[in-house]
Amino acid sequence: MRTAGMSTSRLLTALIAVLVALLLPFVVSPYYVGLAVQICIYAIFAASLDILVGHTGLPSMGHAAYFGAAGYATAFLCLAGVKSFWLSLVVGAAVGSATAALFGLLALRAQGPYFMIISMALAQVLWGVAFKWRSLTRGDDGIPGIRRPSLGIGVDLKPDLHFYYFILIISILAYLAIYLIARSPFGCALRGIRESESRMKALGYNVWLHKYTAFILAGCFAGVSGILWVFYSGYVNPTDLGIDLSVKGLLMIILGGSGMLFGPATGAALIVLLQNIISGLTQRWSLIMGIIYVAAVMLFSEGILSMFKRGRE
Amino acid sequence: MKALETKDLCKNFGGLRAIRDVSIIVEEGERRAIIGPNGAGKTTLFHLISGFLLPTLGSVTLFGRDVTRLQIHQRAELGISRTFQVTNLFQKLTLFDNILLGVQAMQRSRSCFWRPLSSFHDTTRETERILREWSLWEKRDVPVKNLSYGEQRQIEVILALATQPRLLLLDEPTAGLSAAESASMTSFIKGLPPEITIILIEHDMDVAFEIADKITVLYFGSVLAEGPPGEIRGNAKVTEVYLG
Repeated sequence: MRTAGMSTSRLLTALIAVLVALLLPFVVSPYYVGLAVQICIYAIFAASLDILVGHTGLPSMGHAAYFGAAGYATAFLCLAGVKSFWLSLVVGAAVGSATAALFGLLALRAQGPYFMIISMALAQVLWGVAFKWRSLTRGDDGIPGIRRPSLGIGVDLKPDLHFYYFILIISILAYLAIYLIARSPFGCALRGIRESESRMKALGYNVWLHKYTAFILAGCFAGVSGILWVFYSGYVNPTDLGIDLSVKGLLMIILGGSGMLFGPATGAALIVLLQNIISGLTQRWSLIMGIIYVAAVMLFSEGILSMFKRGRE
Repeated sequence: MKALETKDLCKNFGGLRAIRDVSIIVEEGERRAIIGPNGAGKTTLFHLISGFLLPTLGSVTLFGRDVTRLQIHQRAELGISRTFQVTNLFQKLTLFDNILLGVQAMQRSRSCFWRPLSSFHDTTRETERILREWSLWEKRDVPVKNLSYGEQRQIEVILALATQPRLLLLDEPTAGLSAAESASMTSFIKGLPPEITIILIEHDMDVAFEIADKITVLYFGSVLAEGPPGEIRGNAKVTEVYLG
Protein backbone atom coordinates (compact mmCIF):
# COMPACT_ATOMS: atom_id res chain seq x y z
CA MET A 1 0.00 0.00 0.00
CA ARG A 2 2.99 2.29 0.25
CA THR A 3 4.00 1.59 -3.32
CA ALA A 4 3.78 4.55 -5.66
CA GLY A 5 1.60 2.68 -8.18
CA MET A 6 -1.27 2.25 -5.81
CA SER A 7 -1.40 5.83 -4.65
CA THR A 8 -1.23 7.03 -8.26
CA SER A 9 -4.22 4.92 -9.23
CA ARG A 10 -6.06 6.17 -6.15
CA LEU A 11 -5.28 9.75 -7.01
CA LEU A 12 -6.45 9.15 -10.56
CA THR A 13 -9.73 7.62 -9.39
CA ALA A 14 -10.27 10.56 -7.07
CA LEU A 15 -9.54 13.08 -9.84
CA ILE A 16 -11.91 11.36 -12.26
CA ALA A 17 -14.64 11.25 -9.61
CA VAL A 18 -14.21 14.96 -8.89
CA LEU A 19 -14.20 15.79 -12.61
CA VAL A 20 -17.40 13.83 -13.16
CA ALA A 21 -18.98 15.58 -10.19
CA LEU A 22 -17.95 19.00 -11.52
CA LEU A 23 -19.40 18.38 -14.99
CA LEU A 24 -22.53 16.64 -13.76
CA PRO A 25 -24.92 19.66 -13.75
CA PHE A 26 -24.19 20.23 -17.45
CA VAL A 27 -25.02 16.65 -18.38
CA VAL A 28 -27.95 15.49 -16.26
CA SER A 29 -31.28 16.99 -15.22
CA PRO A 30 -31.67 19.02 -12.00
CA TYR A 31 -33.37 16.02 -10.40
CA TYR A 32 -30.17 14.01 -10.64
CA VAL A 33 -28.12 16.96 -9.40
CA GLY A 34 -30.34 16.78 -6.32
CA LEU A 35 -29.45 13.11 -5.94
CA ALA A 36 -25.78 14.00 -6.30
CA VAL A 37 -26.16 16.39 -3.37
CA GLN A 38 -27.65 13.54 -1.32
CA ILE A 39 -24.79 11.26 -2.30
CA CYS A 40 -22.21 13.85 -1.20
CA ILE A 41 -23.87 14.28 2.18
CA TYR A 42 -24.36 10.55 2.80
CA ALA A 43 -20.76 9.94 1.75
CA ILE A 44 -19.58 12.06 4.69
CA PHE A 45 -22.05 10.34 6.98
CA ALA A 46 -20.92 6.86 5.90
CA ALA A 47 -17.23 7.81 6.01
CA SER A 48 -17.62 9.14 9.56
CA LEU A 49 -19.31 5.89 10.59
CA ASP A 50 -16.51 3.97 8.91
CA ILE A 51 -14.01 5.51 11.35
CA LEU A 52 -15.81 3.43 13.98
CA VAL A 53 -16.87 0.36 12.00
CA GLY A 54 -14.11 -0.14 9.46
CA HIS A 55 -11.09 1.22 11.28
CA THR A 56 -11.76 0.76 14.99
CA GLY A 57 -14.02 -2.31 14.71
CA LEU A 58 -16.84 -0.69 16.69
CA PRO A 59 -20.16 -1.70 15.09
CA SER A 60 -22.19 1.39 15.99
CA MET A 61 -25.92 1.09 15.30
CA GLY A 62 -26.80 4.59 16.46
CA HIS A 63 -24.82 6.87 14.22
CA ALA A 64 -27.93 8.85 13.18
CA ALA A 65 -27.93 10.38 16.68
CA TYR A 66 -25.07 12.75 15.81
CA PHE A 67 -26.44 13.49 12.34
CA GLY A 68 -29.87 14.36 13.76
CA ALA A 69 -28.63 16.20 16.84
CA ALA A 70 -26.58 18.51 14.63
CA GLY A 71 -29.56 18.80 12.28
CA TYR A 72 -31.85 19.93 15.07
CA ALA A 73 -29.20 22.33 16.35
CA THR A 74 -29.04 23.87 12.87
CA ALA A 75 -32.83 24.16 12.74
CA PHE A 76 -32.98 25.88 16.14
CA LEU A 77 -30.24 28.29 15.08
CA CYS A 78 -32.16 29.05 11.92
CA LEU A 79 -35.35 29.67 13.91
CA ALA A 80 -33.32 32.00 16.14
CA GLY A 81 -32.40 34.00 13.06
CA VAL A 82 -28.83 32.82 12.50
CA LYS A 83 -28.00 32.95 8.79
CA SER A 84 -24.27 32.32 8.77
CA PHE A 85 -23.26 28.90 7.46
CA TRP A 86 -19.99 29.03 9.34
CA LEU A 87 -21.65 29.57 12.70
CA SER A 88 -24.08 26.72 11.94
CA LEU A 89 -21.14 24.53 10.95
CA VAL A 90 -19.24 25.20 14.18
CA VAL A 91 -22.30 24.76 16.39
CA GLY A 92 -23.53 21.68 14.51
CA ALA A 93 -20.13 19.96 14.58
CA ALA A 94 -19.83 20.83 18.27
CA VAL A 95 -23.28 19.38 19.01
CA GLY A 96 -22.42 16.20 17.06
CA SER A 97 -19.12 15.87 18.95
CA ALA A 98 -20.69 16.61 22.33
CA THR A 99 -23.46 14.05 21.80
CA ALA A 100 -20.85 11.49 20.81
CA ALA A 101 -18.72 12.43 23.82
CA LEU A 102 -21.67 11.74 26.11
CA PHE A 103 -22.87 8.55 24.38
CA GLY A 104 -19.31 7.27 24.04
CA LEU A 105 -18.85 7.37 27.80
CA LEU A 106 -21.77 4.96 28.13
CA ALA A 107 -21.46 2.81 25.00
CA LEU A 108 -17.71 2.14 25.19
CA ARG A 109 -18.18 0.23 28.42
CA ALA A 110 -19.70 -2.57 26.31
CA GLN A 111 -18.14 -4.83 23.68
CA GLY A 112 -19.29 -6.49 20.47
CA PRO A 113 -23.05 -7.12 20.20
CA TYR A 114 -23.66 -5.35 23.52
CA PHE A 115 -22.00 -2.27 22.11
CA MET A 116 -24.30 -2.48 19.08
CA ILE A 117 -27.39 -2.63 21.26
CA ILE A 118 -26.33 0.18 23.59
CA SER A 119 -25.35 2.47 20.72
CA MET A 120 -28.75 1.81 19.12
CA ALA A 121 -30.65 2.34 22.37
CA LEU A 122 -28.93 5.67 23.05
CA ALA A 123 -29.84 6.95 19.60
CA GLN A 124 -33.43 5.82 20.12
CA VAL A 125 -33.55 7.87 23.33
CA LEU A 126 -32.76 11.00 21.30
CA TRP A 127 -35.33 9.94 18.71
CA GLY A 128 -37.90 9.56 21.50
CA VAL A 129 -37.12 13.01 22.85
CA ALA A 130 -37.51 14.57 19.40
CA PHE A 131 -40.73 12.67 18.85
CA LYS A 132 -42.38 13.44 22.19
CA TRP A 133 -41.14 16.90 23.19
CA ARG A 134 -43.59 18.69 20.92
CA SER A 135 -43.21 22.14 22.44
CA LEU A 136 -39.54 22.17 21.46
CA THR A 137 -39.25 19.94 18.40
CA ARG A 138 -42.84 19.94 17.09
CA GLY A 139 -42.80 16.15 17.34
CA ASP A 140 -43.12 14.15 14.15
CA ASP A 141 -44.25 17.21 12.22
CA GLY A 142 -40.65 18.26 12.31
CA ILE A 143 -39.33 21.76 11.74
CA PRO A 144 -39.85 22.91 8.15
CA GLY A 145 -38.81 26.04 6.31
CA ILE A 146 -35.10 26.10 7.04
CA ARG A 147 -33.53 28.50 4.57
CA ARG A 148 -30.23 27.99 2.86
CA PRO A 149 -27.52 29.83 4.78
CA SER A 150 -25.41 32.73 3.67
CA LEU A 151 -21.67 32.33 3.32
CA GLY A 152 -20.77 35.96 3.90
CA ILE A 153 -18.39 35.93 0.93
CA GLY A 154 -20.76 37.20 -1.74
CA VAL A 155 -21.83 33.78 -3.03
CA ASP A 156 -25.59 33.24 -3.10
CA LEU A 157 -26.58 29.65 -2.26
CA LYS A 158 -30.20 29.98 -3.36
CA PRO A 159 -29.66 28.77 -6.94
CA ASP A 160 -29.47 24.98 -6.92
CA LEU A 161 -26.34 24.97 -9.03
CA HIS A 162 -24.45 27.14 -6.52
CA PHE A 163 -25.71 25.00 -3.69
CA TYR A 164 -24.55 21.82 -5.44
CA TYR A 165 -21.00 23.09 -5.91
CA PHE A 166 -20.92 24.36 -2.37
CA ILE A 167 -21.99 20.96 -0.97
CA LEU A 168 -19.49 19.24 -3.27
CA ILE A 169 -16.59 21.34 -1.98
CA ILE A 170 -17.51 20.89 1.68
CA SER A 171 -17.96 17.14 1.13
CA ILE A 172 -14.60 16.75 -0.54
CA LEU A 173 -12.92 18.66 2.28
CA ALA A 174 -14.68 16.58 4.96
CA TYR A 175 -13.89 13.36 3.12
CA LEU A 176 -10.23 14.36 2.84
CA ALA A 177 -10.12 15.19 6.53
CA ILE A 178 -11.51 11.75 7.39
CA TYR A 179 -9.00 10.17 5.01
CA LEU A 180 -6.20 12.04 6.75
CA ILE A 181 -7.36 10.72 10.12
CA ALA A 182 -7.38 7.20 8.71
CA ARG A 183 -3.82 7.60 7.36
CA SER A 184 -2.44 9.19 10.55
CA PRO A 185 -0.59 7.40 13.37
CA PHE A 186 -3.86 7.63 15.28
CA GLY A 187 -5.74 5.91 12.43
CA CYS A 188 -3.15 3.14 12.31
CA ALA A 189 -3.56 2.67 16.06
CA LEU A 190 -7.33 2.37 15.54
CA ARG A 191 -6.77 -0.49 13.11
CA GLY A 192 -4.44 -2.08 15.66
CA ILE A 193 -7.28 -1.87 18.20
CA ARG A 194 -9.62 -3.47 15.66
CA GLU A 195 -7.20 -6.37 15.26
CA SER A 196 -6.20 -6.86 18.91
CA GLU A 197 -7.10 -4.67 21.85
CA SER A 198 -5.04 -6.72 24.29
CA ARG A 199 -1.90 -6.41 22.20
CA MET A 200 -2.36 -2.66 21.84
CA LYS A 201 -2.67 -2.34 25.61
CA ALA A 202 0.43 -4.46 26.12
CA LEU A 203 2.37 -2.21 23.73
CA GLY A 204 1.39 0.81 25.82
CA TYR A 205 -1.56 2.36 24.01
CA ASN A 206 -4.41 3.83 26.01
CA VAL A 207 -7.03 1.84 24.12
CA TRP A 208 -10.06 3.40 25.79
CA LEU A 209 -8.89 6.93 25.02
CA HIS A 210 -8.23 6.04 21.38
CA LYS A 211 -11.72 4.58 21.02
CA TYR A 212 -13.27 7.54 22.78
CA THR A 213 -11.44 10.02 20.57
CA ALA A 214 -12.51 8.07 17.49
CA PHE A 215 -16.08 8.19 18.74
CA ILE A 216 -15.98 11.98 19.13
CA LEU A 217 -14.34 12.52 15.73
CA ALA A 218 -16.94 10.28 14.09
CA GLY A 219 -19.71 12.22 15.85
CA CYS A 220 -18.20 15.50 14.68
CA PHE A 221 -18.22 14.52 10.99
CA ALA A 222 -21.66 12.90 11.26
CA GLY A 223 -22.75 16.28 12.65
CA VAL A 224 -21.30 18.06 9.63
CA SER A 225 -23.29 15.78 7.32
CA GLY A 226 -26.42 16.43 9.41
CA ILE A 227 -26.06 20.19 9.00
CA LEU A 228 -25.67 19.92 5.24
CA TRP A 229 -28.68 17.61 5.07
CA VAL A 230 -30.93 20.08 6.88
CA PHE A 231 -29.84 22.92 4.60
CA TYR A 232 -30.47 20.67 1.60
CA SER A 233 -33.91 19.40 2.61
CA GLY A 234 -34.95 22.56 4.45
CA TYR A 235 -36.56 20.34 7.02
CA VAL A 236 -35.66 18.31 10.09
CA ASN A 237 -37.77 15.62 11.74
CA PRO A 238 -37.27 12.66 14.10
CA THR A 239 -36.40 10.22 11.28
CA ASP A 240 -33.09 12.10 10.97
CA LEU A 241 -32.27 10.54 14.37
CA GLY A 242 -33.84 7.18 13.64
CA ILE A 243 -32.65 3.61 13.35
CA ASP A 244 -33.42 3.62 9.60
CA LEU A 245 -30.70 6.15 8.93
CA SER A 246 -28.21 4.42 11.26
CA VAL A 247 -28.71 1.13 9.46
CA LYS A 248 -28.56 2.83 6.08
CA GLY A 249 -25.12 4.15 7.03
CA LEU A 250 -23.97 0.64 7.92
CA LEU A 251 -25.30 -0.74 4.65
CA MET A 252 -23.47 1.93 2.70
CA ILE A 253 -20.22 0.81 4.30
CA ILE A 254 -20.95 -2.87 3.74
CA LEU A 255 -21.95 -2.34 0.12
CA GLY A 256 -19.04 -0.04 -0.65
CA GLY A 257 -16.41 -1.75 1.45
CA SER A 258 -15.35 -0.73 4.94
CA GLY A 259 -11.92 0.58 5.80
CA MET A 260 -11.32 1.64 2.19
CA LEU A 261 -10.89 5.16 0.86
CA PHE A 262 -13.71 5.07 -1.69
CA GLY A 263 -15.86 2.51 0.12
CA PRO A 264 -18.29 4.78 1.98
CA ALA A 265 -18.73 7.13 -1.00
CA THR A 266 -19.39 4.22 -3.36
CA GLY A 267 -21.88 2.73 -0.93
CA ALA A 268 -23.63 6.09 -0.51
CA ALA A 269 -23.92 6.50 -4.29
CA LEU A 270 -25.22 2.96 -4.77
CA ILE A 271 -27.87 3.22 -2.11
CA VAL A 272 -29.13 6.68 -3.05
CA LEU A 273 -29.36 5.71 -6.73
CA LEU A 274 -30.89 2.29 -6.11
CA GLN A 275 -33.49 3.69 -3.77
CA ASN A 276 -34.52 6.35 -6.27
CA ILE A 277 -34.52 4.11 -9.30
CA ILE A 278 -36.45 1.30 -7.62
CA SER A 279 -38.97 3.58 -5.95
CA GLY A 280 -39.67 4.99 -9.42
CA LEU A 281 -40.44 1.54 -10.76
CA THR A 282 -42.60 0.02 -8.05
CA GLN A 283 -44.48 0.95 -4.93
CA ARG A 284 -42.99 -2.06 -3.18
CA TRP A 285 -39.51 -0.57 -3.44
CA SER A 286 -38.69 -1.10 0.22
CA LEU A 287 -39.19 -4.85 -0.26
CA ILE A 288 -36.72 -4.87 -3.13
CA MET A 289 -34.25 -2.74 -1.18
CA GLY A 290 -34.60 -5.24 1.67
CA ILE A 291 -33.68 -8.11 -0.61
CA ILE A 292 -30.70 -6.17 -1.92
CA TYR A 293 -29.57 -5.46 1.66
CA VAL A 294 -29.83 -9.13 2.61
CA ALA A 295 -27.90 -10.15 -0.50
CA ALA A 296 -25.27 -7.51 0.24
CA VAL A 297 -24.76 -8.72 3.78
CA MET A 298 -24.49 -12.33 2.61
CA LEU A 299 -22.14 -11.60 -0.27
CA PHE A 300 -19.99 -8.98 1.43
CA SER A 301 -19.47 -11.00 4.59
CA GLU A 302 -16.22 -9.18 5.37
CA GLY A 303 -18.39 -6.38 6.68
CA ILE A 304 -20.98 -7.16 9.25
CA LEU A 305 -20.20 -10.85 9.76
CA SER A 306 -16.63 -10.26 10.81
CA MET A 307 -17.97 -7.74 13.31
CA PHE A 308 -20.08 -10.43 14.90
CA LYS A 309 -17.09 -12.73 14.98
CA ARG A 310 -15.11 -10.12 16.85
CA GLY A 311 -17.94 -9.73 19.30
CA ARG A 312 -17.81 -13.40 20.22
CA GLU A 313 -14.09 -13.48 20.88
CA MET B 1 18.55 -2.42 40.87
CA LYS B 2 15.52 -4.65 41.09
CA ALA B 3 13.63 -4.85 37.79
CA LEU B 4 10.68 -6.56 39.39
CA GLU B 5 9.58 -7.27 42.91
CA THR B 6 6.31 -8.90 43.92
CA LYS B 7 5.37 -8.98 47.59
CA ASP B 8 2.89 -11.53 48.98
CA LEU B 9 1.00 -11.52 45.68
CA CYS B 10 -2.37 -13.28 45.79
CA LYS B 11 -5.03 -13.70 43.14
CA ASN B 12 -8.32 -15.43 43.79
CA PHE B 13 -10.88 -16.33 41.16
CA GLY B 14 -13.93 -16.92 43.33
CA GLY B 15 -12.91 -19.80 45.56
CA LEU B 16 -9.87 -20.70 43.46
CA ARG B 17 -6.59 -19.37 44.81
CA ALA B 18 -4.67 -19.12 41.56
CA ILE B 19 -1.68 -17.27 43.03
CA ARG B 20 -0.78 -17.60 46.72
CA ASP B 21 1.71 -15.35 48.49
CA VAL B 22 4.16 -15.17 45.63
CA SER B 23 7.16 -13.00 46.46
CA ILE B 24 9.86 -12.90 43.84
CA ILE B 25 12.68 -10.50 43.06
CA VAL B 26 14.21 -10.26 39.60
CA GLU B 27 17.39 -8.21 39.28
CA GLU B 28 18.03 -5.96 36.30
CA GLY B 29 19.65 -7.86 33.44
CA GLU B 30 18.62 -11.22 34.85
CA ARG B 31 17.21 -14.07 32.74
CA ARG B 32 14.53 -15.74 34.81
CA ALA B 33 12.47 -18.75 33.81
CA ILE B 34 9.19 -19.59 35.46
CA ILE B 35 8.24 -23.22 35.16
CA GLY B 36 5.53 -25.38 36.63
CA PRO B 37 2.86 -27.87 35.66
CA ASN B 38 -0.32 -26.83 33.85
CA GLY B 39 -2.55 -24.68 36.04
CA ALA B 40 0.31 -23.66 38.34
CA GLY B 41 -0.52 -19.97 37.80
CA LYS B 42 2.33 -18.97 35.50
CA THR B 43 0.26 -16.97 33.05
CA THR B 44 -1.84 -15.51 35.88
CA LEU B 45 1.40 -14.25 37.42
CA PHE B 46 2.30 -12.62 34.07
CA HIS B 47 -1.13 -10.99 33.94
CA LEU B 48 -0.58 -9.59 37.45
CA ILE B 49 2.86 -8.24 36.54
CA SER B 50 1.74 -6.67 33.24
CA GLY B 51 -1.55 -5.34 34.61
CA PHE B 52 -4.05 -7.51 32.72
CA LEU B 53 -5.27 -8.63 36.14
CA LEU B 54 -5.24 -6.79 39.46
CA PRO B 55 -4.11 -8.76 42.50
CA THR B 56 -6.45 -9.65 45.34
CA LEU B 57 -3.64 -8.91 47.80
CA GLY B 58 0.00 -7.93 47.64
CA SER B 59 2.01 -5.54 45.51
CA VAL B 60 3.99 -5.34 42.28
CA THR B 61 7.02 -3.05 42.00
CA LEU B 62 8.72 -2.30 38.68
CA PHE B 63 12.12 -0.59 38.70
CA GLY B 64 11.48 0.66 42.23
CA ARG B 65 8.01 2.00 41.50
CA ASP B 66 4.84 0.53 42.96
CA VAL B 67 2.61 -0.25 39.99
CA THR B 68 0.02 -2.42 41.73
CA ARG B 69 -2.85 -0.15 40.75
CA LEU B 70 -1.53 1.11 37.40
CA GLN B 71 -3.23 0.26 34.11
CA ILE B 72 -1.59 -1.90 31.46
CA HIS B 73 -0.47 0.96 29.22
CA GLN B 74 0.93 2.91 32.16
CA ARG B 75 3.10 -0.06 33.10
CA ALA B 76 4.21 -0.38 29.47
CA GLU B 77 5.40 3.22 29.64
CA LEU B 78 7.68 2.25 32.52
CA GLY B 79 9.47 -0.14 30.17
CA ILE B 80 7.64 -3.43 30.48
CA SER B 81 6.65 -5.38 27.38
CA ARG B 82 5.09 -8.80 27.01
CA THR B 83 4.25 -11.50 24.52
CA PHE B 84 1.32 -13.88 24.59
CA GLN B 85 1.03 -17.64 24.86
CA VAL B 86 -1.48 -17.65 21.98
CA THR B 87 -0.01 -15.57 19.16
CA ASN B 88 -1.47 -12.07 19.48
CA LEU B 89 -0.56 -10.00 16.42
CA PHE B 90 -2.51 -7.62 14.19
CA GLN B 91 -3.45 -10.38 11.80
CA LYS B 92 -4.91 -8.39 8.91
CA LEU B 93 -2.28 -5.64 8.99
CA THR B 94 0.97 -5.89 7.10
CA LEU B 95 4.16 -6.93 8.85
CA PHE B 96 5.38 -3.34 8.43
CA ASP B 97 2.32 -1.91 10.18
CA ASN B 98 2.58 -4.50 12.94
CA ILE B 99 6.13 -3.51 13.85
CA LEU B 100 5.34 0.17 13.27
CA LEU B 101 2.60 0.01 15.90
CA GLY B 102 5.21 -1.29 18.32
CA VAL B 103 7.73 1.42 17.44
CA GLN B 104 5.09 4.16 17.58
CA ALA B 105 3.73 3.00 20.94
CA MET B 106 6.40 4.85 22.91
CA GLN B 107 6.38 8.02 20.82
CA ARG B 108 4.38 11.18 21.31
CA SER B 109 3.22 11.03 17.69
CA ARG B 110 1.02 8.03 18.44
CA SER B 111 -2.07 10.15 19.07
CA CYS B 112 -1.55 12.60 16.20
CA PHE B 113 -4.52 12.41 13.85
CA TRP B 114 -3.92 15.36 11.54
CA ARG B 115 -0.67 14.29 9.87
CA PRO B 116 -0.09 11.24 7.68
CA LEU B 117 1.86 8.40 9.20
CA SER B 118 4.35 8.43 6.36
CA SER B 119 5.52 11.91 7.36
CA PHE B 120 6.91 10.60 10.67
CA HIS B 121 10.28 9.55 9.34
CA ASP B 122 11.73 8.53 12.72
CA THR B 123 8.99 5.93 13.13
CA THR B 124 9.18 4.52 9.61
CA ARG B 125 13.01 4.47 9.63
CA GLU B 126 13.12 2.64 12.96
CA THR B 127 10.54 0.14 11.68
CA GLU B 128 12.67 -0.44 8.60
CA ARG B 129 15.79 -0.88 10.75
CA ILE B 130 14.10 -3.53 12.89
CA LEU B 131 12.73 -5.41 9.88
CA ARG B 132 16.14 -5.40 8.20
CA GLU B 133 17.87 -6.44 11.43
CA TRP B 134 15.77 -9.61 11.59
CA SER B 135 15.88 -10.18 7.79
CA LEU B 136 12.14 -9.62 7.45
CA TRP B 137 12.28 -6.55 5.21
CA GLU B 138 11.32 -8.52 2.10
CA LYS B 139 8.07 -9.56 3.76
CA ARG B 140 7.08 -6.08 4.95
CA ASP B 141 3.92 -5.85 2.81
CA VAL B 142 2.59 -9.31 3.67
CA PRO B 143 -0.39 -9.43 6.04
CA VAL B 144 0.82 -11.20 9.16
CA LYS B 145 -1.89 -13.86 8.91
CA ASN B 146 -0.21 -15.09 5.70
CA LEU B 147 3.14 -15.72 7.41
CA SER B 148 4.08 -19.14 8.75
CA TYR B 149 3.38 -20.00 12.38
CA GLY B 150 7.09 -20.10 13.18
CA GLU B 151 7.57 -16.62 11.73
CA GLN B 152 4.55 -15.35 13.67
CA ARG B 153 6.03 -16.65 16.94
CA GLN B 154 9.27 -14.81 16.17
CA ILE B 155 7.38 -11.62 15.24
CA GLU B 156 5.47 -11.97 18.51
CA VAL B 157 8.81 -11.38 20.29
CA ILE B 158 10.13 -8.77 17.84
CA LEU B 159 6.95 -6.72 18.25
CA ALA B 160 7.40 -6.76 22.03
CA LEU B 161 11.01 -5.61 21.53
CA ALA B 162 9.96 -2.75 19.24
CA THR B 163 8.89 -0.69 22.25
CA GLN B 164 12.50 -0.91 23.55
CA PRO B 165 11.54 -2.46 26.86
CA ARG B 166 13.75 -2.77 29.94
CA LEU B 167 11.75 -5.78 31.14
CA LEU B 168 10.50 -8.35 28.67
CA LEU B 169 7.94 -10.97 29.65
CA LEU B 170 7.85 -13.96 27.28
CA ASP B 171 4.87 -16.26 27.68
CA GLU B 172 5.91 -19.64 26.21
CA PRO B 173 7.79 -18.29 23.21
CA THR B 174 8.34 -21.81 21.86
CA ALA B 175 4.70 -22.94 22.18
CA GLY B 176 3.74 -25.06 19.20
CA LEU B 177 7.15 -24.82 17.50
CA SER B 178 9.01 -27.78 15.99
CA ALA B 179 12.26 -28.90 17.59
CA ALA B 180 14.32 -27.02 15.00
CA GLU B 181 12.23 -23.85 15.30
CA SER B 182 12.38 -24.12 19.07
CA ALA B 183 16.16 -24.30 18.96
CA SER B 184 16.41 -21.22 16.76
CA MET B 185 13.98 -19.37 19.04
CA THR B 186 16.18 -20.31 22.01
CA SER B 187 19.30 -18.91 20.41
CA PHE B 188 17.27 -15.86 19.30
CA ILE B 189 16.29 -15.15 22.92
CA LYS B 190 19.81 -15.84 24.19
CA GLY B 191 21.11 -13.32 21.67
CA LEU B 192 18.92 -10.46 22.91
CA PRO B 193 20.77 -7.45 24.40
CA PRO B 194 22.03 -8.33 27.91
CA GLU B 195 20.66 -5.12 29.44
CA ILE B 196 17.08 -6.30 28.84
CA THR B 197 15.72 -8.18 31.81
CA ILE B 198 13.83 -11.24 30.64
CA ILE B 199 11.27 -13.33 32.47
CA LEU B 200 10.00 -16.28 30.50
CA ILE B 201 7.39 -18.92 31.06
CA GLU B 202 8.50 -22.14 29.48
CA HIS B 203 7.10 -25.61 29.19
CA ASP B 204 10.15 -27.00 27.48
CA MET B 205 12.67 -27.73 30.25
CA ASP B 206 15.67 -27.77 27.93
CA VAL B 207 14.83 -24.27 26.71
CA ALA B 208 14.30 -22.99 30.27
CA PHE B 209 17.54 -24.49 31.56
CA GLU B 210 19.49 -23.15 28.60
CA ILE B 211 18.28 -19.56 28.75
CA ALA B 212 17.79 -18.88 32.46
CA ASP B 213 20.26 -17.70 35.11
CA LYS B 214 17.68 -18.56 37.74
CA ILE B 215 14.50 -20.61 37.77
CA THR B 216 11.33 -20.20 39.79
CA VAL B 217 9.10 -23.26 40.08
CA LEU B 218 5.41 -22.56 40.62
CA TYR B 219 3.12 -25.27 41.94
CA PHE B 220 -0.56 -24.68 42.73
CA GLY B 221 0.01 -20.93 42.78
CA SER B 222 2.93 -20.96 45.23
CA VAL B 223 6.68 -20.83 44.78
CA LEU B 224 7.90 -24.39 45.28
CA ALA B 225 11.56 -23.75 44.64
CA GLU B 226 13.85 -21.06 43.31
CA GLY B 227 17.49 -21.16 42.30
CA PRO B 228 20.05 -21.61 39.54
CA PRO B 229 19.27 -24.30 36.94
CA GLY B 230 21.69 -26.84 38.43
CA GLU B 231 20.10 -26.54 41.85
CA ILE B 232 16.56 -26.88 40.45
CA ARG B 233 17.53 -29.95 38.49
CA GLY B 234 18.72 -31.61 41.70
CA ASN B 235 15.81 -30.46 43.86
CA ALA B 236 13.86 -33.48 45.13
CA LYS B 237 10.54 -31.63 45.51
CA VAL B 238 10.70 -30.30 41.96
CA THR B 239 11.56 -33.70 40.58
CA GLU B 240 8.60 -35.14 42.41
CA VAL B 241 5.92 -32.71 41.19
CA TYR B 242 7.24 -31.76 37.84
CA LEU B 243 10.18 -33.44 36.28
CA GLY B 244 8.84 -36.85 37.22
